[in-house]
Amino acid sequence: MHSVSVKNLTLKFGSAEVLKNLNLDVEEGEFIVLLGPSGCGKSTLLNCLAGLLELTEGQIHIKGKNVTWAEPSERGIGMVFQSYALYPQMTVRGNMSFGLKIAGLPKAEIAKRVDRASEILQIGPLLDRKPGALSGGQRQRVAIGRALVREVDVFLFDEPLSNLDAKLRSELRVELKRLHNRLKNTMIYVTHDQIEALTLADRIAIMRGGIIQQLDAPQTIYNRPANLFVAGFIGSPAMNFIKGETVDGGKRFKFGDVSLDLAGYEGGAILDRPKAIIGLRPEHLSMVDEAIPGHTIPAVVEIDEPMGADSLVWLLAEGRQMSVRVPVEHRPAPGKQVHLKVDIAKASLFDETNELRI
Amino acid sequence: MANTPLAAGPSGAKPKPFITPQRAVVYTVLIVCAIFFLFPLYIMVITSLKNIQEIQSGNIFIPTMHPTFDAWEKAWNSACTGLYCEGIKVGFWNSIKITVPSTIVSIIVASLTGYSMANWPFKFSEVFFTILLLSSFIPYVVMIYPLVIITRELGIYSTLPAVVLVHTIFGLPLLTLLFRNYFASLPQELFKAARVDGAGYWQIFFQVFAPMSVPIFTVAVILQVTGIWNDFLFGVIYAGPTNYPMTVQLNNIVNSAQGGKAYNVDMAATILTGLVPLAIYFFSGKYFVRGIAAGAVKG
Repeated sequence: MHSVSVKNLTLKFGSAEVLKNLNLDVEEGEFIVLLGPSGCGKSTLLNCLAGLLELTEGQIHIKGKNVTWAEPSERGIGMVFQSYALYPQMTVRGNMSFGLKIAGLPKAEIAKRVDRASEILQIGPLLDRKPGALSGGQRQRVAIGRALVREVDVFLFDEPLSNLDAKLRSELRVELKRLHNRLKNTMIYVTHDQIEALTLADRIAIMRGGIIQQLDAPQTIYNRPANLFVAGFIGSPAMNFIKGETVDGGKRFKFGDVSLDLAGYEGGAILDRPKAIIGLRPEHLSMVDEAIPGHTIPAVVEIDEPMGADSLVWLLAEGRQMSVRVPVEHRPAPGKQVHLKVDIAKASLFDETNELRI
Repeated sequence: MANTPLAAGPSGAKPKPFITPQRAVVYTVLIVCAIFFLFPLYIMVITSLKNIQEIQSGNIFIPTMHPTFDAWEKAWNSACTGLYCEGIKVGFWNSIKITVPSTIVSIIVASLTGYSMANWPFKFSEVFFTILLLSSFIPYVVMIYPLVIITRELGIYSTLPAVVLVHTIFGLPLLTLLFRNYFASLPQELFKAARVDGAGYWQIFFQVFAPMSVPIFTVAVILQVTGIWNDFLFGVIYAGPTNYPMTVQLNNIVNSAQGGKAYNVDMAATILTGLVPLAIYFFSGKYFVRGIAAGAVKG
């Protein structure tokens, strides 16, 4: 039995189709991240799961129960919002117990649950304060606490860390992961931050235009993107794309004067394609002084950006801008002629006509 | 002398003249305006404190030598409004009886309508909102006679409920707009969080939104109390003679000529009538401005 199961979900606002025939099965205890650029429908999908938006077509099952038309509170979900959405006139305790009071739980049970959640989140000393007297990080903790006390199977997070500053964000990110390890609930998490997605997710669903482009483990998404969009969206700096063609029965990739040997490529049948794109991540390239025919691309160093642990070098190769990640002690001088060695096992090939991975 | 060290020179910000030309203009305009509006009030107050001989013999601008509250007492207790000589106090209590229920009913209806439109959009809710807005541009004079017929058919014409109903109806467009905009400006995620918590229509309104909406409720109370208290027309048309509000009674006192005009009584009665809205503006002006601004943030 899936924890959450979305079947053929379609949502239209007027004539605009925001979600298109979407299917998603989430396993028990899984941490799923919905990732995509703004307007891709990820928050909309989450709101549909929460019951805050009515779907046009399709079904939603949570814990095997059809909740397509159930009220948000009857679905067995807890939700955390980007703006925290705490009730300003209530204390932290009041915020956390509001839903339980409405559900008519006995006082002792409410107190027990609030104490347990505040202990997990270490917000005990704040219980009698109002949200206005809390910092951003504390507020978000309370918002998570409000979801925790519901003791539900599925947690929905709508960009919960986006309003926090960078340092706090990385702290709470680790805490969320710890929380998930401890509670083992199903969590569905919306973000546009790929670092959050890569670090937290068991599986990432990359969305664009109301369609899930790829649903896979973070490493698979990173190393074997299913299409050009996913390849370009994940990774910072972005993957280097070079347009060219595959020749010799799919044995070589040709662009300009360069010809790369494709032996060792991990993927499908390459064949001869007149329009192909090779995608190379900056860390899968290395700089060498001597050309190795079939394995290197000649390039001229433009500038480099030292980033502390390593350095990002921008080069011009055949008139195209490319980036390479190198150890910081290997910073080359601008204007230097170098050769970029390609690790073909980690490259991605795409057919330009349908933008899919070969 | 030529090489005076910098530290020995004048330090701190450059001194500014006490009154700059811009300030002088602003203050002049403000003072002139204040005099313009306060002068009638001054004349009313001093006239109401004079006795009738002083009024007939003296200059109206000169303060009284023998201040007396006789005219105030007479205006409140025994001034004649046509047939009866019971003073303006009858009108005062009538105005209270009209204003209190009208204010409460109109605010309840408008806040719920605004809340529904902002947070529970139903089919054609935008159309309804547009109609409501447009209706506030129709001169209300055209609705007076139809409303006379409607209240007559309802069997409440010339009674307190009729005038309360009319005030509620005419208060709705503006108040609904005010409440709708205010509720729309509250964070939508708060509404969603309350829904996930299981709160329904009424629980969200009373437990989540209402406690956050004190400013807009204050504005609505001020608008309605002053508007309804100052109303003359609806009172004279729909309330019936036994329920005439203070403004109508005031008119009757001032216009019922028996012998010489008692200017001091008229002035006292006028001040008494204006005291309620005056006091409200005086004590809640701050909230008024704040609330109007808050309601105007988002459309």
